[in-house]
Amino acid sequence: MRGLTGELRRETLFEAAFWLALLAAYFLLPGYRVLGSQILIVSLFALSLDLVLGYAGILTLGHAAFFGLGAYTAGLLAAHGWGEPLTGLLAGAVVAAIVGFVTSFLVVRGEDLTRLMVTLGLGFLLYEAANKAAFVTGGVDGLSGVTMWKLFGVFPFDLAGRTGYLYSLAVLFLVFLFLRRLARSPFGLSLRGIRENRTRMPAIGVPVRRRLVAAFTLGAAIAGIAGALLAQTTQFVGLDTLGFGRSADTVIMLVLGGTGRLYGALVGTGVFMIAQDYLSGINPVYWQFWLGLLLVAFVFFARGGIMGAIERIRR
Amino acid sequence: MLGVLFDGVAYGSLLFLVSLGLSVTMGLMNFVNLAHGAFAMAGGFVCVVAMTRFGVPFLAALPLAFVASAIAGAILERLLYRRLYAASHLDQVLFSIGLTFMSIATATYFFGSSQQPVRLPEYLRGQVRFLGADFGVYRLFLIAAVAALTTLLGALVTRTRFGAQMRASVDDAQAARGLGIDVDRVFSVSFALGSGLAGLGGALGVEVLGLDSGFPLKFMVYFLLVVVVGGAGTIRGPLVAALVLGVLDVAGKYYMPQVGAFVIYAAMVLLLIVFPAGIYGRRR
Repeated sequence: MRGLTGELRRETLFEAAFWLALLAAYFLLPGYRVLGSQILIVSLFALSLDLVLGYAGILTLGHAAFFGLGAYTAGLLAAHGWGEPLTGLLAGAVVAAIVGFVTSFLVVRGEDLTRLMVTLGLGFLLYEAANKAAFVTGGVDGLSGVTMWKLFGVFPFDLAGRTGYLYSLAVLFLVFLFLRRLARSPFGLSLRGIRENRTRMPAIGVPVRRRLVAAFTLGAAIAGIAGALLAQTTQFVGLDTLGFGRSADTVIMLVLGGTGRLYGALVGTGVFMIAQDYLSGINPVYWQFWLGLLLVAFVFFARGGIMGAIERIRR
Repeated sequence: MLGVLFDGVAYGSLLFLVSLGLSVTMGLMNFVNLAHGAFAMAGGFVCVVAMTRFGVPFLAALPLAFVASAIAGAILERLLYRRLYAASHLDQVLFSIGLTFMSIATATYFFGSSQQPVRLPEYLRGQVRFLGADFGVYRLFLIAAVAALTTLLGALVTRTRFGAQMRASVDDAQAARGLGIDVDRVFSVSFALGSGLAGLGGALGVEVLGLDSGFPLKFMVYFLLVVVVGGAGTIRGPLVAALVLGVLDVAGKYYMPQVGAFVIYAAMVLLLIVFPAGIYGRRR
């Protein structure tokens, strides 16, 4: 029993150190606050994907649809005179959740391949819709004219990312706490059960379909929050928020960090985006090549990602 | 009207040619291969390079494209794909996305990211007038070539010993193995054949689909669509799906340009809702 509490205490210590480091980065690396807030936002998006892909095991390549929905919702609200940040986040979450709920029925019923195609199709559908509806979304030029009010009426959003970083960090932390709790709840455990063996779960009384719908909807809502955050902190929404590239990149980040672990989403996103910032600065073509090679190597040699490797070492 | 239908059929038959290999990979090996477009792109580049740098005539460059892509497919299958047949679909997706990225970066490195020009021979250019509508000669050639190849492949699958082994392996790999069929070899040969056909499709398609280093991602959805909507592991399914999608896409872009590619994605989602296992999908 003491061994277990000791283990728990050590884990809590690690977690506290992790989050304090993110806070400390704000003070220690003032030049990287913009990149930092981007990483935090994409981490939040990766977390939502971890819920859908890592925990519920739903193979999706169109998750950016919900990110983009959140981004456009918050962006459009702010561009049309309602720049209050927190309600903007909420609106992004609600719109993404509604679309996520409706589409979840199409996604949940199929097998891996059908799920992949339906999510892919929905992603492209929304992308095309946003592209063609240029009178609303600005099309390829992106949605500009997003003006945010001060956060809590006190902190203005600026280009240096001062408010943006702390705001993103706070939202990420709160959502993370919620998901951490959720992952350890009976709901989270039943999702893992469904991922491991879908046919056996009904036998112990788990309504598989309903659980998957709930997980997909929740994942969509959190992705919507992440998208809204990006729209608010950058005061701009581009078509790339909806694109296939974003969906695929985030799957890669998640797998790089390790699926089904929550921290994997955060670590993977950090490593990926810092590497991308550094390497694509040298040459974007090389970056794509090395990324591809990394993926292939990863599938063969490093299942479980970075967090999986850390777990193996600690054991 | 007739012209749109004709263009749609030409476009669809091209989609079919490229996607057929993917149908084999997904139906036979149950492998989600997002990198299939890379083989088509490889064929396209082989054709363009052979023609522009070495002066090979177009009709001679086509078999070159087939052979080069088939060899590339055979090597990759031996070295990499084979190890992942039993892996999870997520692993297969990641692996094939990685391969796609590498192929795009490699193509950009050697050829840049601009459209590759192809100069068709004189006898394949121009239009023929028939029943009051204009038909492009090249598109007629395309349809005829794909029709001939399809007949040939149909005969290969239904009439030959190898075709029988292939059908047996699709139906039940384990039982086929038990009957003494070398299923691994069937897989290898099928994969190489499928890659070669994709390469041939890519070469034939330079004029219709275009060719640049972004090709594998740009058309990935279309190829997947043809197979998933048609039902993996058959010839007829992808053929019907490719023709339907080809006509829909061309008609959508022609009659409703402001909606554009929207039509094809909407059709895909609808078709998948109605036929979750594909139009000719076999119940598992």
